[in-house]
Amino acid sequence: MPIEVLLVEDNAGDVRLTQEAFRDANPSVHLHVASDGVEAMAFLRREGVHGQAPRPDLVLLDLNLPRMDGREVLAQIKEDNGLKTIPTVILTTSDAEADIAKSYQLQANCYLTKPVQLSAFESLVKSVNDFWLTKARLPQKP
Amino acid sequence: MPLQVLLVEDSPGDLRLTREAFRDVNPFVHLDVAKDGVEAMAFLRRETGHVHAARPDLILLDLNLPRMDGRQVLALIKEDDNLKSIPTVILTSSELEADVMKSYSLQANCYLSKPMHFEAFHSLVKSINDFWLNSVKLPEHKGAGGGSA
Repeated sequence: MPIEVLLVEDNAGDVRLTQEAFRDANPSVHLHVASDGVEAMAFLRREGVHGQAPRPDLVLLDLNLPRMDGREVLAQIKEDNGLKTIPTVILTTSDAEADIAKSYQLQANCYLTKPVQLSAFESLVKSVNDFWLTKARLPQKP
Repeated sequence: MPLQVLLVEDSPGDLRLTREAFRDVNPFVHLDVAKDGVEAMAFLRRETGHVHAARPDLILLDLNLPRMDGRQVLALIKEDDNLKSIPTVILTSSELEADVMKSYSLQANCYLSKPMHFEAFHSLVKSINDFWLNSVKLPEHKGAGGGSA
């Protein structure tokens, strides 16, 4: 059964790295990409062209995004009774303590910083896969 | 710097397995133990008997506990502005889908089922350590907690 992951990321290079790393780590992962916060919410709420979007098993969310930033996306996910159970992992270049504290306050499931080095990035995606998609129990789709 | 982990667990066997596994995988982990939900909340709120309790970096919370169960502890943590940012991982023998759903609904940071076998249990503790205590950025403590410096 495919595992649906929604990556919310505006940087094309990081999208490609993440796609390649998941392809290596777990071929069952079906990676969807939203390139800003407005598109992410439309995907999650199945609005407009996203009418057939699957419910993600996991959301990987960047913080600094065009149109609607990741903090707002996180707040909307965790305030929505239909969406709040989807594990939402912050994956960002920011290591500002204020961003870390704010994300946990908004009930991010965890906070990861993007490593700069390619090999470290691949290894982080692998650890997300190993932990969230093989060890953790995820909620079943309603 | 020591990593403070609060384990909320009533089974002495599971407590011992967890303690030994952490000792093997990460000697910097300082494991505090609460044996029921009431004790867990007293620890987190630094009430009588726990006034010098360390604020945990991570909480491992069983669901089925005496006096106050883990669902109630989770709800209290996540309703408390001072405690809600502490990552709280459910670690339970329950495989019930209703427990998984309820826990994520109450904003558990993640849900793990306890394996039956020793080696799998050890390997799960290693995964918790590798992911939560090495890969994840945890919130800093400053300004938070019950006031001890």
